[in-house]
Amino acid sequence: MGLLDKQFSDSNIVVAKVDDLINWARLSSIWQLGFGLACCAIEMMAASASNYDFDRFGVMPRNTPRQADAIIISGTVTLKMALRIKRLYEQMPDPKYIISMGSCANCGGPYWDHGYHVLKGVDRVIPVDVYVPGCPPRPEALFEGLLKLQEKIRNESLRKKSA
Amino acid sequence: MALKTEEMVLNMGPQHPSTHGVLRLELEIEGELIKNVKPHIGYLHRCFEKHAEAMTYPQVIPYTDRMDYLASMYNNFGYVLGVEKLLGIEVPERVQYIRVIMGELQRIASHQVAIGTYGLDLGAFTPFLYLFRDREKILTLFEETCGARLLYNYMWVGGLSHDIHPDFIRKTKEFVKYFRPNIQEVNNLLTFNKIFIERTANVGILPLDAAINFGMTGPNLRASGLAFDIRKEDPYSIYDRFDFDIPVGEGTVGTVGDCWDRYYVRVLEMEQSLRIIEQALDQIPEGDVQSAIPKRIKPPKGSVYTRVENPRGELGYFIISDGSTSPFRVKVRAPSFVSLSVLGELCKGHLVSDVVAILGSIDIVLGEVDR
Amino acid sequence: MKNPEEILELIKFNFPDLEVTIDASLPVESIISIDPLNIHLVAQFLKTNPELMFDSLMSLSGVDDANGEKTKDEEGTEIITGGTLSVYYHLHSTSLKHKITLKASTNREKPGIESVENIWKTADWHEREAYDMFGIIFLNHPDLRRILMPYDWDESYPLRKDYKNPEFYHGMKVPY
Repeated sequence: MGLLDKQFSDSNIVVAKVDDLINWARLSSIWQLGFGLACCAIEMMAASASNYDFDRFGVMPRNTPRQADAIIISGTVTLKMALRIKRLYEQMPDPKYIISMGSCANCGGPYWDHGYHVLKGVDRVIPVDVYVPGCPPRPEALFEGLLKLQEKIRNESLRKKSA
Repeated sequence: MALKTEEMVLNMGPQHPSTHGVLRLELEIEGELIKNVKPHIGYLHRCFEKHAEAMTYPQVIPYTDRMDYLASMYNNFGYVLGVEKLLGIEVPERVQYIRVIMGELQRIASHQVAIGTYGLDLGAFTPFLYLFRDREKILTLFEETCGARLLYNYMWVGGLSHDIHPDFIRKTKEFVKYFRPNIQEVNNLLTFNKIFIERTANVGILPLDAAINFGMTGPNLRASGLAFDIRKEDPYSIYDRFDFDIPVGEGTVGTVGDCWDRYYVRVLEMEQSLRIIEQALDQIPEGDVQSAIPKRIKPPKGSVYTRVENPRGELGYFIISDGSTSPFRVKVRAPSFVSLSVLGELCKGHLVSDVVAILGSIDIVLGEVDR
Repeated sequence: MKNPEEILELIKFNFPDLEVTIDASLPVESIISIDPLNIHLVAQFLKTNPELMFDSLMSLSGVDDANGEKTKDEEGTEIITGGTLSVYYHLHSTSLKHKITLKASTNREKPGIESVENIWKTADWHEREAYDMFGIIFLNHPDLRRILMPYDWDESYPLRKDYKNPEFYHGMKVPY
């Protein structure tokens, strides 16, 4: 993943920027909150099962928000659920990332017009880092979303952001 | 002197790894003993019935997909049968056969998820991986036919969106041949595993009279000992042409109607579905799958209640037509909704860890519970 | 196995005072209409009579008939006053294999229908759903509260034909 690609032999000292080191550690073991909402959750399950193997990106489901780095919002967020999702998000330690998977989580999907009980996009309650389109997205699309998230993490910095 | 104890209310879900989605259970417990379980549902209420009233008849089909997302084909099937009954149209033979083949493949795929995740809930990880490997093969067959992996919109009123491709019959036959021995593999891995039997046998026993009174259908009812299958009882489409058995719970390792029986009925059903697929593949006639699709779908005034045997039980569509192009009311009788209502009854007197075993054994899909 | 006409005769014979009608003109299935405040008696009879034995309630559906007077308010949303709400019961006998559809209509302003929860347990959640979606009050139901919508949802019933969505729920914007 960029940092360890150059194989080193004699020296036992590696020089790297702290930013790079921390980002590398963060992006290569994103533990997701094991949390399925609707149809997309089945594709997320398929992604972590044998044929696709999510584990090779270092993604592992953790069942408690307090040990998770990312949530994949996999499905329709209803008004009843939105308050719980907000609470789950607040329970996660920083740094935390959100992948919004599928049209429903992005913008309400097919329920945007008549869905009296559907939240039209999870970004109305929590901030989203990556949107994955599709209804449902294929596991490959979810991987693409994850790679985008990794790219985002790679470019982060410890320095305070100047406005 | 008796130990002084206090009742406690424990909240399980909506975010919980083994509630199969967004279900919240309120457990009233005394120590480890369950006094009462109150399910709270509606966390995935996506207003299907409101959408159905706003859409035209064909536009409703994609929404039926998204109710029971593990058995989308079958949801299409029930809905189009209902509308066809209202319209009074006959569909071509080839369409009937393809629908049955797709429906049964979907049943296998759905049971694979049910069995796999049930193992996962009880701590067996390997069967999940094995079954998902095989499930991908079914999904590939679907994808080659209609372009979607999970939500198909494949069955249309009067026909199908696509004909099967020329290689489909050969590939499906290969799959049947490949998958049959794998059922035995599941049995070796999970079904007759000592630990699995200890967790599931004699747990959550549902007697037959209670099962009928609660309106249980499908594998859950059959596990209680009644050979009731709508495919045989009230045959729709062309199910009366095939030869298959209805597996029922026999209490092989425990009592009739326990969790193990409910689980094992599903394993046996996969074998029966393979038999139906084999027969259908041999008999399938040639024809045009879109010839009977009506140009304008505008059923006469009236109502119809159709029911089909979904992988989870009786899926009923109650469609009222007021003579316009969109339904006046569509009510879905969702099998999971009904099965879930029995949970409180089943859990009483068991331990907290058994709740997971019982919930997994009735195999609910929250999208269908909440609609 | 009995057809709906024979079942209607049996009900009429046993409840001579009740007004029971059948609508056989419908193309697919005929529907027997029953008084909403006597449905419990009839249901009990249908379940226990040895010639009928309706031991399973397949489905219970609430319906807004939308047959009242339709007016528009100043914003242009439709308001329905008067008319009826109906409940359809689909019954099935697992031993005798026959089916029947019952219908009970109640008025829309003060909807009240007897609960059949203690006859068929299936009705418990289905009646809660009909209450949740249409506001039909099921008399004698032990636990009539909302089931799918949040418990603190305002006093509106989403599947009524003149339902209007609230603008906000807990600070979240509801419309798109």
